[in-house]
Amino acid sequence: MPKFVSMEEAAKLIPSGATVMVGGFMGCGSAHRFLTTLSQSGVKDLTVICNDGSKPGGPLGEEYYGVAKLIHNRQVKRLITSHVGLNPEVAQQNMQEGTLEVTLVPQGSLAEMIRAGGAGLGGILTPTGVGTVVEESPLCLGKQTINGRDYLLMAPLHADFAIIAGYKIDREGNVWYKGTTINHNLVMATAADTVIAEAEQVVEVGTIAPEDVRTAGVFVDYVVEGGLY
Amino acid sequence: MEKSQIKGFIAARVAKELKDGDVVNLGIGVPTLVPNYLPQDVHVTLQAEIGTVGSASAGDNPDPIHVVDAGGAPSGVRPGGCFIDSATSFTLIRGGHVDATVLGGLEVDEEGSLANWLIPGKKMPGMGGAMDLLVGAKTVIVAMEHTAGGNPKILKKCRLPYTAVKCVDKIITEMAVIEVTDKGLVLTEYNPEFTVEQIQAATEATLTISPNLKSMV
Repeated sequence: MPKFVSMEEAAKLIPSGATVMVGGFMGCGSAHRFLTTLSQSGVKDLTVICNDGSKPGGPLGEEYYGVAKLIHNRQVKRLITSHVGLNPEVAQQNMQEGTLEVTLVPQGSLAEMIRAGGAGLGGILTPTGVGTVVEESPLCLGKQTINGRDYLLMAPLHADFAIIAGYKIDREGNVWYKGTTINHNLVMATAADTVIAEAEQVVEVGTIAPEDVRTAGVFVDYVVEGGLY
Repeated sequence: MEKSQIKGFIAARVAKELKDGDVVNLGIGVPTLVPNYLPQDVHVTLQAEIGTVGSASAGDNPDPIHVVDAGGAPSGVRPGGCFIDSATSFTLIRGGHVDATVLGGLEVDEEGSLANWLIPGKKMPGMGGAMDLLVGAKTVIVAMEHTAGGNPKILKKCRLPYTAVKCVDKIITEMAVIEVTDKGLVLTEYNPEFTVEQIQAATEATLTISPNLKSMV
């Protein structure tokens, strides 16, 4: 059964230097209010695993959206991601200032490497990235030929914390996602020692039909209530 | 051809490649224009990396917090469409369940290798889902202008970092339609505004002329 805690209590769980998965795709499906709290917590030197670097300027006029809040506040020392082109602060901190290490991973490989990390697998073999700079990535462990086709062996990804977000989360931690917000949240919820889930609505057990639960509550350790966004 | 007409011309030709019922992933830029040129009786299912199957416009009641496209802009889903998670989205992409992907290109070479994600020293955008799409889609179509600043983009060998190697099936530009084959690049269609000689002169790689060469229009 997950613990229901305040934003501040949950933020205190995450120490500087932790590896943190952050769900969301260009901020869609990120734990908006918890990331705001975390960005004010003083935690730093995080290794963040996220689909992208998000962007400044959210759809409701937010100054920074999704994981961009942590990047802007210089709390991230390493970013493992598939795309950073819409957040100029990543290039600024990486190329100009040299304070942010960026490891780029193809998006499908990233999802599957997280899935492997959550599923207890030792890595994935994917044809994606063969013949490209991905072969030189620190997360690429080698190359294998199977049935005549070349594959890269990519490392599994596991984190100290996963920060996910759902539209409805019930008292057992079962999560229902709205629209495209599910994205990486589903695999990330399986791939961290501690999973913190932000709910737009906390609902009673039974509100979400068992067959509509996407992330089973047994994966979730802490729930914070963010309110409708 | 007027500069302003080029993108629409390319998109209109790409649209002829798509068949009714195809599952299609469109990259940014010219590819996003392709649905505007589909015939009335051709219905394709647009797939987006973020996890939409059956992408549609955001409509009258956009929900920019919960339903967006691969660029983060408000989007929608058509009746009968659905939302899947990222691992499943790339199962679709990498697993060969996407019939066609249309992407822009910085450079394509005669082996069908594509560079479209990185200009070293300039920007560091990231490859996003492009590398997965190129290895996984059944048909890969590069839709781009034939040259950049007068310089060929269809080369003997890409100079920029590859997005994927030996992956492109067809190149469609404002000048020509070129198929990638085991024996190199084959010119199959030409825009009658240009001669075959002009097309070859704008192409670094050597083009073989198809015996069935025809007009693009």
